[in-house]
Amino acid sequence: MLRLVLVLAVLAVATVLGLWWRSRNGRFTPVERSVLDRAARLDVAGLPVLSGTTSSESSAPRTSSAHAGSSGPAVASRVDSFVTPDQLGVPLGATATFLQLSSEVCTPCRRTHAVLTALADERDGVTHVDLDVAEHLDLVRQFDVLRTPTVLLLDPAGVVVGRMSGATSRAQAVGALDHLRTPEESS
Amino acid sequence: MTDTQIDPRGPRFGAALTAVLLVVVLLLGTGTAAVVLLAVVAVSFALGVARGVQGTWQAAVFRALVRPRLAAPTELEDARPPRFAQLVGFVVTGVGLVLALFGVSAAVPVSAAIALVAAFLNAAFGLCLGCEMYLLGLRLRSRSA
Repeated sequence: MLRLVLVLAVLAVATVLGLWWRSRNGRFTPVERSVLDRAARLDVAGLPVLSGTTSSESSAPRTSSAHAGSSGPAVASRVDSFVTPDQLGVPLGATATFLQLSSEVCTPCRRTHAVLTALADERDGVTHVDLDVAEHLDLVRQFDVLRTPTVLLLDPAGVVVGRMSGATSRAQAVGALDHLRTPEESS
Repeated sequence: MTDTQIDPRGPRFGAALTAVLLVVVLLLGTGTAAVVLLAVVAVSFALGVARGVQGTWQAAVFRALVRPRLAAPTELEDARPPRFAQLVGFVVTGVGLVLALFGVSAAVPVSAAIALVAAFLNAAFGLCLGCEMYLLGLRLRSRSA
């Protein structure tokens, strides 16, 4: 009897875990507006990180500020908040870039890849980059990526405006793009 | 081999069979029968690690009894993720088995319960727990390296 209760308890825990996991998949979590504003101010005060930077400019903030250390946490928060074209390996999209971090042992990564590639093909200015976590542990650490696939949504300057993880549907990806186009400025 | 594509319903069906066996292990408690059945599950996982998930007896059952009754799959999946999951299952059940052989009888239901959670999630939700944890393992490995 006790063993039967144990079995049922284990299955109940697994069911709760599974439902929670499923509800989280592909959900877009925007970076808070105040964090973005602070990052933008720091960018203005610091080195230029706007779109269209040349490779020499774009590599400068990442390497120099990551090791500068003198300004402490302010530098860290700025470095954490954006991705440079150097890190991507390709130019940023004019409207948005989906930076997907995938691993070899990941079935939903393939599905998400297909969804985002199709979306990037259809929409001008939207770019999709898919990187292997094993080769980009710097990005994994920088953005505290815990699972694959994780998709970071970048604005034209490379600033991370939000993220999604797990299998991402087309509707969820489109919803994330809409978020980028209409920032919550009404409040 | 690296680009082998498989019917994704195969590993999920196999996980359901594994989950049933693990439920029986839990019901058997800590006796010899439970240890033997846990060993059967561990060997099944070892087969999956060595030959890929499509080389397990569960996959053979799927091909013989289930797949002929299903429509063709709408999509195929890479064989590597489920194979990695087999490795995770093998480690969990293998550790339980080794501890049991060293006299830690409580290891049998504990490892069976952990493996059951993973197998059930795979069968019911298509969630590959080992694959979700792969990146965490990668981060830990590279930190200690």
